[in-house]
Amino acid sequence: MEWVLFVSQLLNGLQLGVLLFLLAAGLTLVFGIMDFVNLAHGSLYMMGAYFCVTLNPLLGSFPLAVLVAVVLTFILGIAVELVVSRHLYQRDHLDQVLATFGLILFFNGAVHLIWGPEGNPIALPEYLNGRFILPAGIEIPTFRVAIIATGLAVAAGLIWLVTMTRMGMLIRAGASNRRMAGALGVDIKKLFTLVFALGAAMAGLAGMMITPITEANIGMGDDILIVAFVVIIIGGIGSIRGAFIAALIVGMIDVMGRSYLDGFMKLFLDNQSAETASPALSAMAIYILMAGILYFRPRGLFPPRHR
Amino acid sequence: MHVKLRGFVSLGIGAIVAAALLAAPASAADKVKIGFVTTLTTPAAVIGNDMKDAFDLAYEHIGGKMAGLDVEIIYEDDGFKPEIGKQKTDKLVKQDDVDFLTGYIWSHVLLASRKSALDAGKFLISANAGPSQLAGELCHKNFFSTSWQNDQTPMALGEVLNQRGVKSLYIMSPNYAAGKNMAAGVERTFKGEIKGKDMTKWGKDAQLDFSAELAKAKASGTDAIFVFYPGKAGGAFIKQYMQAGLNESIPLYTVYTVDALSLPKFQKAEMKGVLGSLATQFWSPDLDTPQNKKFVSAFLAKHGRYPSFYAAQSYDALFFIKSAVEAVGGDLSNMDGMRAAMEKADYPSVRGPYTYGNNHFPIQNFYLREATTDSEGRWTTKIIDTVYTNHQDVYAKDCKL
Repeated sequence: MEWVLFVSQLLNGLQLGVLLFLLAAGLTLVFGIMDFVNLAHGSLYMMGAYFCVTLNPLLGSFPLAVLVAVVLTFILGIAVELVVSRHLYQRDHLDQVLATFGLILFFNGAVHLIWGPEGNPIALPEYLNGRFILPAGIEIPTFRVAIIATGLAVAAGLIWLVTMTRMGMLIRAGASNRRMAGALGVDIKKLFTLVFALGAAMAGLAGMMITPITEANIGMGDDILIVAFVVIIIGGIGSIRGAFIAALIVGMIDVMGRSYLDGFMKLFLDNQSAETASPALSAMAIYILMAGILYFRPRGLFPPRHR
Repeated sequence: MHVKLRGFVSLGIGAIVAAALLAAPASAADKVKIGFVTTLTTPAAVIGNDMKDAFDLAYEHIGGKMAGLDVEIIYEDDGFKPEIGKQKTDKLVKQDDVDFLTGYIWSHVLLASRKSALDAGKFLISANAGPSQLAGELCHKNFFSTSWQNDQTPMALGEVLNQRGVKSLYIMSPNYAAGKNMAAGVERTFKGEIKGKDMTKWGKDAQLDFSAELAKAKASGTDAIFVFYPGKAGGAFIKQYMQAGLNESIPLYTVYTVDALSLPKFQKAEMKGVLGSLATQFWSPDLDTPQNKKFVSAFLAKHGRYPSFYAAQSYDALFFIKSAVEAVGGDLSNMDGMRAAMEKADYPSVRGPYTYGNNHFPIQNFYLREATTDSEGRWTTKIIDTVYTNHQDVYAKDCKL
């Protein structure tokens, strides 16, 4: 029974990891390529979720709603880039932080006006609401399998895009040395808009994937954004591969900490102290890891080359 | 030099006299000022808005007057944070000079705000939070509760589990003041085995994905699961509990999780599995008292939804304050008179008559409620049994009052 639980927790960690990857991928691209700190990345995650909340009953099909909502978030990403972030690339990080913090307030306020303060659920269709039964009695909700599959597919697609296509080559060139890429005739402006919108769409997709498990809430992205920053710092800013591996590590540490830390701490602490200390410690675990990595590898596990 | 100084002194005295003259009309009790601290932003605003709606409704029902005085209500938002709640309490005490402070959803916010209100000699009336500290050693002559002490509701649930022959239990609760009280409460009365206990992260960035905890609960082979997840975490938890298929094998018992705020959302998400789930509470919309009928029907008519227990406690809070103000004929400087009136709990409570213990927490009944549908198909809760009659919290003995 012990290892059945362990495998279930591995799958839970994988699911959290791919979700974090969807969010972190856009963040690391935008930060790495454009040197732009986008605190409002979490707002795009939230907007994706709310688009899906509205579209799901209208279209009557969850996958279709996700598809349309991803396109809408992509368009929203283009709009945000053209209206706000484009003007901030040349400014220092403090200006960017202030402006994107303003965007967070704007989006939270907008959601409050349009959808109200209460959480909004998404009803899943029957075929996603069941359970997936693996050998040896391991059961996992079908929807969590769907999240893992979607996340892995997007990761594969992104890695293909970045490593195998001309556009990916331009992205990598931009990440390595954007002035040189610009000098060689790459339309950096258009590239930036595209990358920003791509990141927005992936963040939105992550929001749509989490909403049927929790619900769409105001500020849902602000909470998870901190973790996404931890992921890209561990992975190396600008590195897709780094973001993927770091997201899985962070997901696993979080789930395993919640699963096994209290039992482990009870070995040398009394029950009462272990119960109090373990949630605090498991919440801290990823930050301790980040501090350690910053000490030994200040540029993360997989920093992009030639910066 | 000498002359100049004298001039200054007389100027100073003049200014003080003038200030006293100006201030005099304001300090005379021409209206009753009530500060209401709750959560009006963040997703927890759903709770705060429900309390505000009920408090406004109570204001309408008393015609905006107490003992002939006008009533002024000042709402403040704690942003779900103890430090903000304290700041807002300070503001209400110092700037607005309110006569009563009420509201307070969260135990940690109330604990942080307590000193500001009580040290200034104001009445502090919790319309929800009931942390053990305030019932025990930190009890205060000017603190009252129109709700309950945190431990009482889960204690009643522990009794229900015993009655139903549940042998083992898995506990999940948020890691903050009330979460710890809730877990302690059910552990105090439940006689079976505790198979496991998870205290999850709480606050603005609370944990909402419970996959790891649910997997542990399932693997532990427990008979039943007990949770306390107020607000958005409750909806998330129950959804995941069902997605994991545990509703078919491990029954769920809750406190403060399946309520008038979460049920419409469950209905919207078509989560039929929640119907029939059991919880304990001191009140339910179907409780048969004249005041409750008036309250619930007026709330339904005005807002098109059932009031939650948060709303019921807030509605009570205003009538409770009114009883105190009227007992002293509107003389708000008579603190002793108002306190004596409050200790009698002589007002029409939606829960029916109750009494106060030495620590100013209600001694009241606790009921078992079941999630069900009403005659119009709306999901609500219905009382199916009385678990405790006139129950007092266990911390009262630590209170020196």
